[in-house]
Amino acid sequence: MSERFDQVPIAGNIIKPGNATQYKTGGWRAERPVHTPDNCLWIKNGTCGRCWILCPDSAVRLIEKDGKYSYEYDYDYCKGCGICANECPTQSIRMESE
Amino acid sequence: MTKQVPQSEIRIEGLTGDAAIAHALKQCDIDVLSAYPITPQTIIVEDFQKFAADGEVKTRVIPVESEHSALSACVGASALGARVATASASAGLALMWEILYCAASMRQPIVLAVANRALSAPINIHNDWSDTYGARDSGFIQLYCQSCQEAYDTTIMAFKIAEDHRVLLPVMVCIDGFILSHNVERVEMLPDKAVQDFVGVRVPYQVLDPDNPITMGPLCLTDYYFEFKEQQDRAMKAVPEVYKAVEAEFKEMTGRSYGVVEKYMTDDADIIVFTHSTPAGTAKAVVNAMREKGEKVGLLRLKMFRPFPAEQVREAVKKAKAVAVFEKCMSFGAPSNPLALELRTALYDLEKKPMVTDFVIGLGGRDVPPTTIVDGIEKTKKYLQERSAPMYETLGVRK
Ligand code: SF4
Ligand code: SF4
Repeated sequence: MSERFDQVPIAGNIIKPGNATQYKTGGWRAERPVHTPDNCLWIKNGTCGRCWILCPDSAVRLIEKDGKYSYEYDYDYCKGCGICANECPTQSIRMESE
Repeated sequence: MTKQVPQSEIRIEGLTGDAAIAHALKQCDIDVLSAYPITPQTIIVEDFQKFAADGEVKTRVIPVESEHSALSACVGASALGARVATASASAGLALMWEILYCAASMRQPIVLAVANRALSAPINIHNDWSDTYGARDSGFIQLYCQSCQEAYDTTIMAFKIAEDHRVLLPVMVCIDGFILSHNVERVEMLPDKAVQDFVGVRVPYQVLDPDNPITMGPLCLTDYYFEFKEQQDRAMKAVPEVYKAVEAEFKEMTGRSYGVVEKYMTDDADIIVFTHSTPAGTAKAVVNAMREKGEKVGLLRLKMFRPFPAEQVREAVKKAKAVAVFEKCMSFGAPSNPLALELRTALYDLEKKPMVTDFVIGLGGRDVPPTTIVDGIEKTKKYLQERSAPMYETLGVRK
């Protein structure tokens, strides 16, 4: 994201194949989702996962390790659309200004 | 080292401007021609298709259903490394609009011959410059020709300029519709081999190749778009130098050259006529006649409108008392019209500036006789005395 005009390939040609993980959409974000674990069904018993299913940028990470459930965002990709906060049945997510 | 072509090898033909361009395209050995016929460009495509049908060229001719497709096919073929040309005019050029920007921004060295024609409405098939002036910011190089010989020569040079890796931009070779496209003039044609040696084989910068896949023309947002535009602007700025070198080589071969501007009796002129294409020929006759009467007038003919050779123009006119612009285009609602706008911008930094008068002439093919040019010069003389001139006015319209 910081190459000068004379360091980028001509005409925007992409000379090495890549995939969408290289588009870091997090830079678009005006609001960020903040998660409170108290009522979250995933943290409580490993169910629900609506935010994980519905996030259009796969920016929600629901993690299970040795029977313990944890929750995090990948802010490189979360573009702050607020769908997760809107869809959470337990209001465990709120949107905060960046 | 380019050698001069001996006179005995030169074929002299009577050709229309369109035919001259078709012959030049043939001799440049283009790989693909994709075009849709539109008056007054039609002969270019017709003649070229005849060459293809008779087996005189190896070119793949792609007849398409519209100009949008014509230029799209050109962009695709050019991306594969082919030497590509198309031709258009007026509404056809307008229909290419979206792809004009793609061709230029994707840095494809396509040659697009344009027989300048007015735009609708009312529908008009005759000459003015509204079509290519409208496309002036599309990123195409624009070269305007005054004769059929120049149309032939410029088409040949266009490929060499466009394909130079310092440039990599498409070129519009413009001739006045009907006035040049359909009038037969004496054209000196070079032998095929001389043209092919001069133009050489296209060495593409990057190509679409299944073995080494790349993506061309992808989505590019706020993070990089601006950088690519900077690149494009720098490429445009490199054009005059490349043009000069290509033309010098062409001159060695043929003895002919045109320059980005042509100065005709400008050195001591009080009033300089500034125009291009066929009105420049009329203006030259007017200058000759007025010089015989002892009037200090001159002509500055612009060949390259994009990039605009501001420095050369400034240098050529800075000692004059006035510059009278004659242009076949209107920029509705602008303070003056495109050619005068460019000139005024180029002169703005001069401490002592000549007065600029701007005359819109010949819209929709309205005849531009010598009297129209004289009329503009006389008005300019009057405005010089009054020390004030209108920003622009129309000449030759009934009012
Ligand atoms: S705000 Fe939108 S992008 Fe960010 S985690 Fe929630 S659903 Fe995904
Ligand atoms: S939608 Fe709400 S409750 Fe469900 S997993 Fe996400 S944060 Fe937890």
